[in-house]
Amino acid sequence: MTSSLRFPAIVISAAALFGGAVSAPAEAANWSWFSSPVKQSPQPAPVPAAPNAVAANAGHLRDGAYVGQTVDAYYGPLQVQAKISGGRIVSVDVLQYPADRRASQRINNEALPELQSEVIAAQSTQVDIVSGATLTSEAYMRSLDSALEQAG
Amino acid sequence: MSRDTRILMGMPIAVEIVDACSARLIDEVFTYFAATEARFSVFKPESEISALNRGGLRLADASAPMQEVLEIAARTKSETRGYFEIRRPDGSLDPSGVVKGWAIRNAANLIRSAGVQNFYVDAGGDIQAGGVNAAGEDWKVGVRNPFNPREIVKAIRPRGRGVATSGSYVRGQHIYDPHRLGQRLEDIVSLTVVGGDVLEADRFATAAFAMGRAGIHFLEKRSELEGYAIDAAGVATKTSGFDSYVTS
Repeated sequence: MTSSLRFPAIVISAAALFGGAVSAPAEAANWSWFSSPVKQSPQPAPVPAAPNAVAANAGHLRDGAYVGQTVDAYYGPLQVQAKISGGRIVSVDVLQYPADRRASQRINNEALPELQSEVIAAQSTQVDIVSGATLTSEAYMRSLDSALEQAG
Repeated sequence: MSRDTRILMGMPIAVEIVDACSARLIDEVFTYFAATEARFSVFKPESEISALNRGGLRLADASAPMQEVLEIAARTKSETRGYFEIRRPDGSLDPSGVVKGWAIRNAANLIRSAGVQNFYVDAGGDIQAGGVNAAGEDWKVGVRNPFNPREIVKAIRPRGRGVATSGSYVRGQHIYDPHRLGQRLEDIVSLTVVGGDVLEADRFATAAFAMGRAGIHFLEKRSELEGYAIDAAGVATKTSGFDSYVTS
């Protein structure tokens, strides 16, 4: 966590920003009065906002398997392959792991048992309530304020 | 059935009460949240926590709610090997990581004490529900897709237990683009916890999220907690008992 942040928080998802209506800001999306747990590793530097092309085009991807560029993943190179079927991402496989796993080992030096994993998939079932990370970044609150103004 | 949403503590808080009840009950619940914000907000100079942080109030003289919240924070820190920390780098205390779940739990108790069995309280996506919905069915809670707020990726029936989700802000580009990786694909971006009540779910969701990939294993070791962690590649890992809550 950088000390330049207004709040020492790693929190909180501004997933609403992915709707595309609001361009994602570079600042961290901290809940306005929420405190934070200790983050063990430094965050990657913020990157400029870019169009959310893949998310916006969900359902319009070309089918196939795509191998990504090798990327410096903070503590080593990482390379993945994405498989697209029916226009949607069905799997993302890691082809190359960072060789230096010290960061992970520092977080947990115990042998971890395998837990069941799955690729997430949208569910069509109706629910009463939705649980998600608190949608409160400054941008979120600004947007909400303007909506409430109109509603008022 | 009555339902209302207000913006308090910097987030939308929704309360729904299925049973017939006093028209004032929902107002009392929001009044409680407002009073909690007034006491614990570090952004209000007149709050009790601000007085504590200025040194104008001694810990020993703090109110019972303040003492309780700070005690929960200290306990959570020791239970999570220090991953839960309310002391900020400047030395001041910001207990709001406890206050959210604690306030939802207390609001639920306030509703129950009025004789209501069927209700929910949802504060910024952390939820305590009791009883059944207006259709007489167990409340059904969706886990939001961290990559698409209009979608859910799981539906669960917590059956009286609390649900909380911690998440990170994925930077302004799509994580699947390997040429523009803004974060590691293995980073956890969303962690949903089902716990005995919403306070348990919330404090352990916050702490376990800070543990990164180890967080789901931390939850696995605690029999009273179940979790569903989603990483930046869109792959979820779940504790072995999580599926007992999953519904279609």
